[in-house]
Amino acid sequence: MENIRYDLITAMPELFIVCMAMFILLADLFLKASNRIYIYGLSQATLLAAAYLTFSNHAPSVSYAFTDAFVDDAMSDVLKLMIYLGTSLIFVYSRQYLQLRNMFRGEFYALVLFSVVGMMIMVSGQNMLTLYMGLELLSLSLYALVALDRDNTRATEAAMKYFVLGALASGMLLYGMSMIYGMTGSLNIADINHALMGETKNHAVLILGLVFIVSGLAFKLGAVPFQMWVPDVYEGSPTAVTLLISSVPKLAAFAFVIRLLVQALPTLAVDWQQMLMIMAVLSIVVGNITAIAQTNLKRMLAYSTISHIGFILYGLMSASINGFVYAMFYVVSYVLMTLAGFGIILLLSRKGFEAENLEDLKGLNQRSPWVAFLMMIVMFSMAGVPPTLGFYAKFSVLQAALQAGYLWLVVFAVLMAVVGAFYYLRVIKLMYFDEPADLKPIDAPLDMRIILSVNALALLVIGLMPQSLMELCIYAVTRSLS
Amino acid sequence: MLSYFSQHLLSFSVWTPILSGIAVLFTANDHKPNGTRWLALAGGILAFLVAIPLYTQFNFADGGFQFQEGFSWIPAFNINYHLGVDGIAIPLILLTSFTTVIVIISAWEVIEKRVAQYMACFLIMSGLMVGVFCALDAILYYVFWEAMLIPLFLAIGIWGGPNRVYATIKFFLYTLLGSLLMLVAFIYLYLKTGSFELMDYYRLPLPLTAQVLIFLAFFVAFAVKVPMWPVHTWLPDAHVEAPTGGSVVLAAIALKLGGYSFLRFAMPIAPDAAHYLSGFMITLSLIAIVYIALVALAQKDMKKLIAYSSISHMGFVTLGFFIFNNLGLEGAVVQMVSHGFISAAMFLCVGVLYDRVHSRQIEAYGGVANTMPVFAAFAVFFAMANSGLPATSGFVGEFMVILGAIQANFWYAFLASTTLIFGAAYTLWMIKRVFYGEIANANVAALKDLNKREFLILATLALLVLALGVYPQPLTDMTNASVTQLLSLLAQSKLPVGL
Repeated sequence: MENIRYDLITAMPELFIVCMAMFILLADLFLKASNRIYIYGLSQATLLAAAYLTFSNHAPSVSYAFTDAFVDDAMSDVLKLMIYLGTSLIFVYSRQYLQLRNMFRGEFYALVLFSVVGMMIMVSGQNMLTLYMGLELLSLSLYALVALDRDNTRATEAAMKYFVLGALASGMLLYGMSMIYGMTGSLNIADINHALMGETKNHAVLILGLVFIVSGLAFKLGAVPFQMWVPDVYEGSPTAVTLLISSVPKLAAFAFVIRLLVQALPTLAVDWQQMLMIMAVLSIVVGNITAIAQTNLKRMLAYSTISHIGFILYGLMSASINGFVYAMFYVVSYVLMTLAGFGIILLLSRKGFEAENLEDLKGLNQRSPWVAFLMMIVMFSMAGVPPTLGFYAKFSVLQAALQAGYLWLVVFAVLMAVVGAFYYLRVIKLMYFDEPADLKPIDAPLDMRIILSVNALALLVIGLMPQSLMELCIYAVTRSLS
Repeated sequence: MLSYFSQHLLSFSVWTPILSGIAVLFTANDHKPNGTRWLALAGGILAFLVAIPLYTQFNFADGGFQFQEGFSWIPAFNINYHLGVDGIAIPLILLTSFTTVIVIISAWEVIEKRVAQYMACFLIMSGLMVGVFCALDAILYYVFWEAMLIPLFLAIGIWGGPNRVYATIKFFLYTLLGSLLMLVAFIYLYLKTGSFELMDYYRLPLPLTAQVLIFLAFFVAFAVKVPMWPVHTWLPDAHVEAPTGGSVVLAAIALKLGGYSFLRFAMPIAPDAAHYLSGFMITLSLIAIVYIALVALAQKDMKKLIAYSSISHMGFVTLGFFIFNNLGLEGAVVQMVSHGFISAAMFLCVGVLYDRVHSRQIEAYGGVANTMPVFAAFAVFFAMANSGLPATSGFVGEFMVILGAIQANFWYAFLASTTLIFGAAYTLWMIKRVFYGEIANANVAALKDLNKREFLILATLALLVLALGVYPQPLTDMTNASVTQLLSLLAQSKLPVGL
């Protein structure tokens, strides 16, 4: 009895959000359309309360629950808080967009909250099945969200593609897990690690399993050569959903990689390092070069995401505590940048008008110098130009890779970063050097403007003082992995 | 308060222009731009005044870093906010602050659209460049170095000529490529020493291969900025498209960032590689001096001509560095300062004509001296200075470098001296075609001579060029101790003992 109570307390935030999501779904039935704003308020309150629960439950030590299938450590708590924050920003940025497109419904909020629970379970999973369940909860919610705008054929197509490829990836992941299970006799992360130490197992089967696991992960991360769904889904989804897909799930994916590769299979590090290395290099090349040819802003940011994933893999493939810390720092920076970037796209959209082509940014400096300035910060940050946050993100992962001895790969990444700078500069060129094509004033709620400004300025401010964020990442990773 | 000020002189020099630039940004109003202009001017002058104590309180006998200040900035990487200057940096800092004031005045009525953004760009850029000259921590230096690209990128792109987008993106990517390789070198050095302190790098013994690689990484970054042949091609494009202020800052200061950084980073961190590759560097410098001078001769666009002339003159600077003697090095520093004044003045002269006729082509002019006699006098004076006439500052630096080169090798000096002929040829030929002869067309006939504002800036620059040419002592006194110390640093091998 005592055990169950302890288990429930450890998983309190997850349970709380699940209950609230179901409540929201029910409450939505009884609310008039004009009162839907309460659903929005309730969702935000849910995240806030969950943040309180996570924060007050936090202890620097590691504690396990549900017969060691669920873990509560520093990394999971920090990442969960980030997920709440990111999701809350998503709610703020997407509200008006959804209202104007008849998507401001309870389903959206319930599905997003379910996906949040999925991410939290991915972050806290300590058993391959738990991790898999979290991933599926997240993925299924996202498939439905992409297709939320039922009459939109492009979105439906994107959802279909996302679902088919996502299901394939899940299958590969499960297949890989089953092989690891066959070789070690356990699904528990710590037990797998323990079983693989010491005695030599049948290496070939383990590697085969590892290949499938890494492929599955790469699918979910969107790393080359498993990236083909990324641009289509980004482009086809309603921008509010793209905002979600492109941002917070990467935090969960990071934890997923750490749990599966670093905690369960450190004995195979030499093998997965090589796989990550190839994917990292390919992602940076394909992401940066293909992005140049894009005219659609959302597609361009999709390829930019692929190249960012490449840089994150640079940190992970270093297979050192430092590398993991810097990869986490990169993921957090990436999420902040992406939220601000897509937030600005949402800000520029109006009723019946999607700001999704690069051309739509033309002359933004004359329409609204402030928004143009914010977008400029985001772009320079993505390009990794100091004094923005993106610079320290790139700087630190490259440092980890150099420390691990990958000198020429680092030089290569740096050359590719110059290629990448080109298409970010093109956005700035459109905003600052071109004459505006349409002069309609930007219409957005005040809270969105303020929070978006804070979000984008944070890239500059944290760029000037990155120490606290870095310390947070060091705290999270070293407490959980040492 | 006063003691706080004197202990943080460098921080004040860096942050005064940046903060005033941000303040200017908030006065944006294109219908009533005068307030913005005066505020910008006040900020620029204040920044210059703040920098002056660097000269008056400088200890001339000490060749090390003075006015040092700092605190721990990002402990996770052991990055410090560490500032300090020696006798080589101070003249360049003063040059930067001074040029910014000139740029603000020169833009007074010329820039009409987005005045606040223009002024803010140049003020912020000025602070960042001062930061480059006084950062003693590699990452701090790198942040300033990269951040200054952003305002310059915008300045060329927003207020530049018709082909500005191509020019500014080329400029940005060229410099970014170089600086990212430099970043890799910094990270490598950090992994060796555990710090980003320049002083630690000076002491770090390195095998020759590592030194050569580090030197080459720095070389790409700095050679692009100087610019040295063959990575100079961005400069003429950028100059042609940049607004006058942008050209002035590019020529007067941005190029010096590259030269200065060779002295501060590449050479002392990898001295053996610097000696090992000196033949290569000297060859590139001589090609720049001779070949680019010939290229300048063929130009039809005035700004392009001056841009090539800049590259040729910067060849003297790098030549002076890599002959490793006192005279050459000191001459190179003098040349940097002098070129700052002269090239700024030359670009301002082109700006004066461009504002009236809106053409930079030499063939669009002819006989300007008839309608603008005062202006013609200034232009001829600066042209003389550019071709190295004695008693102008252009002569002092080049002469010192040539003397230094003779000590090293007669033929270096011989080739370098040809510039006195070529330089005179392309500059004076341009002057002849633009200013003398019959009045070429109605545009020229309608020209009005200098207004008070233009007269003021050109006269100030002319006085400085003359003063530095007749009496360069204050400048050489300032750099002397630092140059000697730098040379002793370069003379010590850093190869690990026992290998």
